[in-house]
Amino acid sequence: MNRFSYVRARDAREAVDVVSAHPTARFIGGGTNLLDLMKEHVTHPSHVVDITRLPLKGIEDTPDGGLRIGALVTNSEVAWNAEVKRRYPLLSKAILAGASPQLRNMATTGGNLLQRTRCYYFYDVGTPCNKREPGSGCGAKTGFNRIHAILGTSEQCIATHPSDMCVALAALEAVVRVTGKDGERAIPFADFHRLPGDTPQLDTNLKPDELITAVELPPEGFAAHSTYLKVRDRASYAFALVSVAAALTLDGGHVRSARVALGGVAHKPWRNPEAEALLTGKPATREHFQAVADALVRGAKGFGHNTFKIELAKRSVVRALEEAAGREGQP
Amino acid sequence: MTTPSTQLGRPVNRVDGRAKVTGEARYAGEFNVPGLLYGQVVSSTIARGRIKSIDASEALRLPGVLRVFTHENRPSLPWFDRKYRDDDAPSGSPFRPLHNDKVVYSGQPVALVVAETFELARHAASLVRIEYKPDSHETDLRAQRKKAYAPRQGKDGFEPPPKPWGHADKALDKAAVKVDAEYETPVEHHNPMEPHASTVIHEDDGTLTIYDKTQGVLNSQTYVCNVFDLPKEQVRVRSPFVGGAFGSGLRPQYQLFLAVLAARELKRSVRVTLTREQMFTFGHRPATLQRVALGASADGTLEALIHEAVSETSSFEDYIEVLVNWGSMLYRCDNVRADYKVAALDCYTPIDMRAPGAAIGVYALESAMDELAHALRMDPIALRLKNYSERDQNKDKPYSSKELRACYQQGAERFGWARRNPEPRSMREGHELVGWGMATGIWDAMQQPASAKAVLGLDGRLVVSSATADIGTGTYTVMTQIAADTLGLPIESVTFKLGDSSLPMAPLEGGSWTVASVGSAVKEACEKLREQLVTFARKTKGSPLAGVGAEEVVFAEGQLRNASDPSRAVSIVEAMRLGGVTHLEEQTSAVPSPKQQAYTRCVHSAVFAEVKVDEALGTVRVTRVVSAVAGGRVLNPKTARSQVMGGVVWGISMALHEETALDHTLGRFMNHNYAEYHVPVNADVRDIDVIFVDEDDTVVNPLGAKGLGEIGIVGVAAAVANAVFHATGRRVRGLPITLDKLL
Repeated sequence: MNRFSYVRARDAREAVDVVSAHPTARFIGGGTNLLDLMKEHVTHPSHVVDITRLPLKGIEDTPDGGLRIGALVTNSEVAWNAEVKRRYPLLSKAILAGASPQLRNMATTGGNLLQRTRCYYFYDVGTPCNKREPGSGCGAKTGFNRIHAILGTSEQCIATHPSDMCVALAALEAVVRVTGKDGERAIPFADFHRLPGDTPQLDTNLKPDELITAVELPPEGFAAHSTYLKVRDRASYAFALVSVAAALTLDGGHVRSARVALGGVAHKPWRNPEAEALLTGKPATREHFQAVADALVRGAKGFGHNTFKIELAKRSVVRALEEAAGREGQP
Repeated sequence: MTTPSTQLGRPVNRVDGRAKVTGEARYAGEFNVPGLLYGQVVSSTIARGRIKSIDASEALRLPGVLRVFTHENRPSLPWFDRKYRDDDAPSGSPFRPLHNDKVVYSGQPVALVVAETFELARHAASLVRIEYKPDSHETDLRAQRKKAYAPRQGKDGFEPPPKPWGHADKALDKAAVKVDAEYETPVEHHNPMEPHASTVIHEDDGTLTIYDKTQGVLNSQTYVCNVFDLPKEQVRVRSPFVGGAFGSGLRPQYQLFLAVLAARELKRSVRVTLTREQMFTFGHRPATLQRVALGASADGTLEALIHEAVSETSSFEDYIEVLVNWGSMLYRCDNVRADYKVAALDCYTPIDMRAPGAAIGVYALESAMDELAHALRMDPIALRLKNYSERDQNKDKPYSSKELRACYQQGAERFGWARRNPEPRSMREGHELVGWGMATGIWDAMQQPASAKAVLGLDGRLVVSSATADIGTGTYTVMTQIAADTLGLPIESVTFKLGDSSLPMAPLEGGSWTVASVGSAVKEACEKLREQLVTFARKTKGSPLAGVGAEEVVFAEGQLRNASDPSRAVSIVEAMRLGGVTHLEEQTSAVPSPKQQAYTRCVHSAVFAEVKVDEALGTVRVTRVVSAVAGGRVLNPKTARSQVMGGVVWGISMALHEETALDHTLGRFMNHNYAEYHVPVNADVRDIDVIFVDEDDTVVNPLGAKGLGEIGIVGVAAAVANAVFHATGRRVRGLPITLDKLL
């Protein structure tokens, strides 16, 4: 860990000011990822700006019937919040599938969105990584890539986004509220994270001085028919090889609308509205779920160790949709 | 007269348990002295080549950074290999940190930054700039297999493969039923919770007191004295508590060398603690490729047994372990051939890891036995019983005891094996396929020479000591029990000391031999105290036991009593007073009895596992394990059960989770942290049932106990793999069985 200055921000304005004045400064909330990155010498902030005293800790209804979750609400609080459990069980389930109780007690909503990839090469400063050190190369592409992406990869980077919560937020079409030098704005979840392209060092479309203040959930929570399926190498405390947030609204046995987001397969939670639309108006049967699964991973590319994820993703989508529809195990 | 046992066989709580859970127990990296300096290791990023330059100027500019040690500025050290050898060293040229500009593996220590605080040392280490001239490296065992060679056999305790007998290849050709399969096991690392650390205290008189994470304080002491040319009186090594080691502490590791070097050069106390990543930069369980070929007649009689293995070693030492000898010990067969080779990779030398050789050799063997049973359409237990060996064919000796039949029988009964439908894919629950598998386990029951000292004071307290270790196994507790039992004392009156090079000689703590070796010495030392006390009590005029026959005196509740008239008794303290002594002291060395040589001595087990496999997603859960162990006399059922249970958990881990993944392009282990190197979490471990079958052994050692440290893991991976086959009909021949292999 390098030497750094610690600043405790009294309000959002001060936090933004410090960060915009110092290009390598970082906000710190729960610190569950930032501290690791600093200890591994991956991140060397000149300033660590403590935002934990800011008034961003509430969960409240929005005028349109949705829910606003403050950026500093911990993952545990969100997961166990009665309104979240009742109206957005998908979000609760996704959060509880990740990390450990200790980490969830510390980790914040905003921080979860900003956690960085778990790519081995990104974490090991003795190896090349374009995300950590642009231009140094990608070790994973030709190296050990069991946990890496199969969709939306680039020549420069095949890392995945590690969050479970974000996969649910993508399916729920949450909106990220941010504030910065140029004022406030709202970013639709699909536009929040980026694909690696030629700039794998950028995980999100946040401007350098912007601070997340809240995540807003739209009124539709898919409470009756949704599930989060996480497939991993052990029963707990492992990142997803593939995860699926599946959410349906049903009209009798037919699908009115469908949302499917994949985790563990790309640089961001992966969605494909065209694939989802294949279900609209169709009976909620395995045959139709299979068609969505096939369409979702169309164009997927494996790199050797992770090629199995293509088939695994398809099977996981079918399983998750079956569970969401409540028709698991039926033809 | 033999006193009935009061302490042995009881589930005594760990005597060090309270100290451990309250934090009172201190580990090697936790001993503090004023002015302590901190060393941080800089590790190489290439696997092979030379260091072109080291620029430490940026690190040295930081106030509080004292020195950056490298091969360029290290002091002169001995030249000959023998000075660097240790009690567990295989043949070859031991690794020497900071020796020269050569890099022989990725993660090699190439510099040590010493600073006034831990944080500063760590930061400064990140500022040391090293330029390399890389050479091509080879870390892929499969690619190097063609260059495998018969290793030099210079490692203590290594048993070479048996000479072939009969005509195994011909018999295999002619066999009515056969299996011929290749199994692959990956590199695994020990991952003890406590990282390796050495705190070297530079005493005022220039001597060194070293707190080292080790399984043998004497081994570390000898190493330091040889390398730094110091007399033993000037180096005391202590290791009172060890937070798990599993073999990783059998050899002095590089942090010890570096901490001593820095302390000597700076004439200050220095601590070096390895990071979690650096815990992946020394010994590990070697990767292996194994061929097992079995031929049988239609009735299941084994007619050919071939076990060939190629195992990984380093470019500088021939690490060896007993991989291919187990089949012809467990099963009678007229045609046997075993072959063992090693292939050198640009990795560090492997090191013993829980049940070295057996854990992976028996995995391959017992998987093949399951394949043979399936091919024969025979019950897996019936096949094993059909070929059950009454003698060890490798050495043509009988077993000192072998209650393996009882393990099969009792394990099968507890598990419900009789209800098993032999057909694969015959059991299902929802979207999960259910499978039942079993396997045999075997490990040596060894005894090494060891010494112990017992001192009895007039306060009635007994202090027993030996330079052994407790790596979490329960040595403190069991030795206390043995001593208390021998002298009829309550546990609370006995203190056992270990982990100090000033104590009587003990072997490395490994091989499951500590109870047999050190325990026998403890027993002998305490028996000698007994003899003295009996003499005082019988020979002193006016003693209540005056004139009583020596064989009539029993020890119980702190007293010497006349067995036929317990009212005639003296306390141990009174007996000492009668003898006119203020304390009694005995030191003895216990050596294995020559009669052991006529026998093969082993511990056995039968392991049963139930798995549930998600048919679509490939995820495997081990829902139930029964391990039935024949381990001689069980001295403490509580610590014994914990040992076996821990072994079973590790076996599940071997079967489903563990693999240190190499990037062959970089020649580097990549998943070097607890997030990505997977061991089971609580949610992965369900019911584990441990059975100890009765086994009487008067040969194995004076206690009749066999070590249980290793047997728990042996056979588990095969039982799980066999259960996966039974569930799915798919035979996965490479560990770990991750879900991608079942998709």
